[in-house]
This record gives sequence, structure tokens and C-alpha cells, in this order.
Amino acid sequence: MRLEPREHVSLLTLVAGPVLAVVAAMAICSLLIVWSGSSVLEAYALLFKGALGSRFAISETLTRTTVLIFTGLAAAVAFRAKLWNIGGEGQLYMGACAATMLGTGLLEWSAYLLIPTLFLAGALAGGLLLIVPTLLKTHLKVDEVVTTLLLNFIILLVVNYLVFGPWKDPMAMGWPQAAPIIDQGLLPPLLAKTRLHAGLLVALAFAIGTWVLMRFTVWGYEIRAVGANPKAAGFAGVPVNRTIIRTALISGGLAGMAGVCELIGLKGYLTLDLSPGFGYTGIVVAMLAGLNPLGVIFSSFFVAVVFNGADSMSRALSVSNYIAEVITAVSLLAVLVSMLLTRYRIKWK
Amino acid sequence: MGDFLDFILTAGFWAATLRMATPLIFGTIGELVCERSGVLNLGIEGIMTAGSMAGWMWVYQGGDLWGGVLFAAFVGALFGLLHSLFTVYLGLSQHVTGLGITMLASSLSYFVFRMMLPNVTTPPKIVPFESYAVPVLSELPVVGEALFVQSPLTWLALVLVFVVGYVLFRTPLGLAIRMVGENPMAAEAQGLNVHLVRSGAVIFGSALMAVGGTFLTLSAFDAFYIGMTNGRGWICIALVVFASWRPGKALFGALLFAVFDALQMRVQQQASSAIPYQFYLMAPYVLSIVALIIMSRRAAYPKALLVPFRRGER
Repeated sequence: MRLEPREHVSLLTLVAGPVLAVVAAMAICSLLIVWSGSSVLEAYALLFKGALGSRFAISETLTRTTVLIFTGLAAAVAFRAKLWNIGGEGQLYMGACAATMLGTGLLEWSAYLLIPTLFLAGALAGGLLLIVPTLLKTHLKVDEVVTTLLLNFIILLVVNYLVFGPWKDPMAMGWPQAAPIIDQGLLPPLLAKTRLHAGLLVALAFAIGTWVLMRFTVWGYEIRAVGANPKAAGFAGVPVNRTIIRTALISGGLAGMAGVCELIGLKGYLTLDLSPGFGYTGIVVAMLAGLNPLGVIFSSFFVAVVFNGADSMSRALSVSNYIAEVITAVSLLAVLVSMLLTRYRIKWK
Repeated sequence: MGDFLDFILTAGFWAATLRMATPLIFGTIGELVCERSGVLNLGIEGIMTAGSMAGWMWVYQGGDLWGGVLFAAFVGALFGLLHSLFTVYLGLSQHVTGLGITMLASSLSYFVFRMMLPNVTTPPKIVPFESYAVPVLSELPVVGEALFVQSPLTWLALVLVFVVGYVLFRTPLGLAIRMVGENPMAAEAQGLNVHLVRSGAVIFGSALMAVGGTFLTLSAFDAFYIGMTNGRGWICIALVVFASWRPGKALFGALLFAVFDALQMRVQQQASSAIPYQFYLMAPYVLSIVALIIMSRRAAYPKALLVPFRRGER
């Protein structure tokens, strides 16, 4: 068996690849549904109905899309520079912590000033968290995969300490949660009687902004060059280490804003279940999008459909909602294969 | 301070250390074999979870304990096969494939667990491995109880270190594994099938990771919990770097690590609540990062680690 590079890859194949991968993933996962004794068609019908079947369902799905756009962008930018930031989860919580610190009464500014400040603080916190493993990578050659992963566990314990300890809200009836964000710090709702909030617009703006950055600016060019071939980029005069550090600030910042968005848009106060692994899911989102920031909008919507749909499907059928995680994991593996097939053709000999 | 020394000299402390080190030894040796052949296996966290679930489920369904260990190894090997198909034969990104395998293996474990036991609230228990006391030796004072009364899986882990060390550095098979990890082109010129050697190493290594995982459910605890691997796999990857890809040093690293872990638990029980318990729980992760920082500067990575081998391509 040999792999032969294709000379032309049309835009259609580039879009069709991930779509087919997702279809294949759902086909593979239907085996699990069969095993659980439910009808595959009924299960998937319930899944899509649960995610898209009503105004409320769509609003819930879009709410989940919002946070996934941020974590997906974070992974997409970092992976483009071959900076393996697997620490999105920790950065998300760091962002939420920063927003909690400033937004629960410390700054009593008007909404127009406070909300951008909270986003900025969250981005800074997330970015600074990623700077640590990145500097270790650029200066001491410490592999960033393991350090970013391990930092997730450390940060979660820090949040655990904060919400059980100094930040515990005495008004919360003993629940481990921080004080609520003051009203001026909360994002306005987007649709009446739903949980959908203006964070979606912020997320979309950042997706477009990131696309512009990666596509049309020198910084973006440098990030892509370093990812494609750091040695060649260095010879061509790209400041490799500075670019990697800049990438880390952007990527960590986006993940930090995911935390802010979820905090001031949805939950209102910091808890330990602010994110059920959105940081990790962001990796799948980014890969499904082929690391394209605009693609992230669509892939995060798809992943949100799977997760929200699976929740409502599992209530109706005897299929555990862990099926959502299985589907996204299989999609990730399937999209890897589809990317290979769009760039190479397999020659059997 | 005197108390402290007394405690370090107790048999219980060292017994606990060995017990805590066991899953790390399996995982680290498994990862080491993969990386020596040139393949980073980030699937380890999920494969350990799958191993802990599979072994436990086997026993819970009425199988015997050793059958559970074998079944866990088999499940681990299957994930290793999947990993090697992707990274060795198709040459796909080892980072992304590994993360995908971790996501797949853990979510599949949780899914299967929930589907087979839909209505349980408290995790059901099994009867785990009993400690095996080596005759005569176990009656030695202090050392006896610590070193010679242990789970059979702990024994297996210790034996494994020496077997893997011997095979890697003293046999043609070991030479082949190291060679495809250092210079696959030269290995192929020698007539080695690079793909076969690499996938064999990944499959074997993954089976070991799964056995490390199943130690948690068949020996350390008696039940399976969601999230019970808790980063042990990632710690193993740090330990491989710390050990400079050598089995003997990996054993040392895992033991050192477990000593610190056992110590922090003890200090946590004894100290006043001046330091919140969460900071003790951070210790293993912080230690792993520190170990990485210390060792990374002069880390001699296998030359072809992360580099896919495509025949006839330079």
C-alpha cells in the first residue's frame, strides 16, 4: 500500500471530507445503539429532534455552540502553529476565575465597560496560563502536551479550593459556588424565554476575527509558517519563538474567554461544573473544521447538536448519553482519515 | 520530625508506596515500549480507563481475576491496534490520534458501564486480588511486610521491568524496536519490516497500559468509578521522559513518585488544616511537571519519535 499526494484538492472535497467523516462516525456508532436494543433510526431521529426540534431546543444547542466556538478556535489557532495546547479546559476555568474576581462586586462599572473588561481579564488569565508551558517549551524544550494536560488537573483543584474555601458564597445554601456576577456584568439574553445569550454574537465575531487574523495578517502568516516548518520559517526570518508565544497568548486567551462567556452568559456564578470538558471537546471541534476558524462555527454547531440531542435521546430511550462522547471521538478519528484521503490517494500494489 | 522518620520506616508506608507505584509502572513501561519504537501513544489515559473497566466487568460477570487481567490486556491491545493502524500504517498525526483514542476509549468504557449496569447508584463491588505473602521472606521484620506481601499484579509489574529491560537491550527483537524508533530507513535497509515492528510495539505497550488500569479495579480498589484514572496516564508519559526511555529508571521514577504521593497523603492526614487538602492533591501533577522540567533539557528522545515512516519517501 502506498500513499500518493493529490495535485489538486477542490474546495468541494475539503468540505465533503469532514461531512462524510461525521456520517461515517454516526454509522459506526449506530452499532452501539443496536447493541442497546433501540432502533437506530428512531434514536437518531430523537437525537436531531432533541437538538433542533423546537425553538427552545435550537436555542439550547446554540447556547452550547457558543462556548464550543471559543474552545474550538483556541485549539485551531494553537494546532495551526503545531503548539499542542491540550490545556483548554484549565484555561477556560482560569478565564472564569478572573471574571469572578473582578465581576462579583470589585468593579461596579456600567455594562458597556464591565463586560469587555471581564472578557479581557479572562483572555489575559487564559493566555498567561498557557504562557507557562509555552515558555517551558521554547526555552527548556519541555513537551507542552503533557504540561498543558497536567495543568488542567491543577487548575481544577485550584477552582475546587476557591469555591469550597475563600470564594464560597455564604448565600448559596452551602453549595460550593462563588458569589454571583453582578447584574451589569451579565450578558443580555438574545431570545426571550431561552438561555441563549449575546455571547453567541461575541463568539461569531471572534471566529471571523480569527479567520481574518490567520488569513490576511502577518501574524497569521507567521503562525502558519511556523506550524508548517519551523526551521524553514526561521531561515526565512520569522521570529519562531516569538510567534509561538504570541500563538499561545491568542489560543489561551480564546479558551479563557470561553470560560468568561459561559460564566457571565449562562451560569452567573463559578462552580466546578462550569465546563463538562468543553476544553477537550474544542480539540474535536477544531479538527472537524480542518483548523479553519470559519469552519469552527459549523463544527461546533454539529458537536453541540450531538451533545444536546444525545441528552434528550437518552431520556427517551435506554441509550446512555455517553453516546455523544463516543460519537465525537469517532468523528475525530474519522476526520483524520478523511483528511488523509482528501490529500492523498491510496495506491494498492 | 521524629514521628515523621518513624513513619517513613514503617512497613505500611513502603507497602503503600509499592501499591501506588504499580499502575504507574505498567503504564510507564507500556508507553516506553511504544515510544522506543517511534510512536507517542497519547491514548494511554483512555486505554488505562478501558482496561480498568474491562477487567472489572469481566470479574463482575463471574469471570476469574486473572481472566479479567487478560481481558483487559486484550482490550488494550485492540486500542493499540487501532492506534497503530492510524499512526503507523496511515502515518496520521500521533498527537491527534492519541487524543482521539483516549476520548474513544474512555467514553466507550463509560458508555458500556452505564449500559450494562443502568440502574446502579453506588458502584457495585467485586472481590479483588488478595495480597500474596512470599513464604519466609515476608516474615522478615519491616522489609518483609512491605516488600513481600503484595498483590500478584505488583509482582508482575516488577518482573515486567526486568523482562522488558532485558528484551529491549539484550535481544535482536529489542534492537529492532529501538532501531525503528531511531532510524527507520536504516532498519528497513537491514530487512526489517518497520511497520510490523512498530505496530507490534504499540499493541504490546497498549496491552500493558490496560493492565495498569485494571490494577486499579482488581487490586487497589474493588469497583469502577467514572473518572478513576484521574490523569495517571499523563503522569506515565511524564515519567517516560524522566526515565530517559530506560525501564530501570522508569521503575525508579514510578517508585519515587509513589513515595512522594504516599508522603503527601500521610502529611495531609497529620498536618493541621493550615494547608487545604486540594493542594496536597495537586502534588502528583506538580511533581510530574517538575520532573519534566528537570529532565527535558538533556532528554534524548528516540530520533524518529513522532515521525511517520512511509516506504520509499524521504
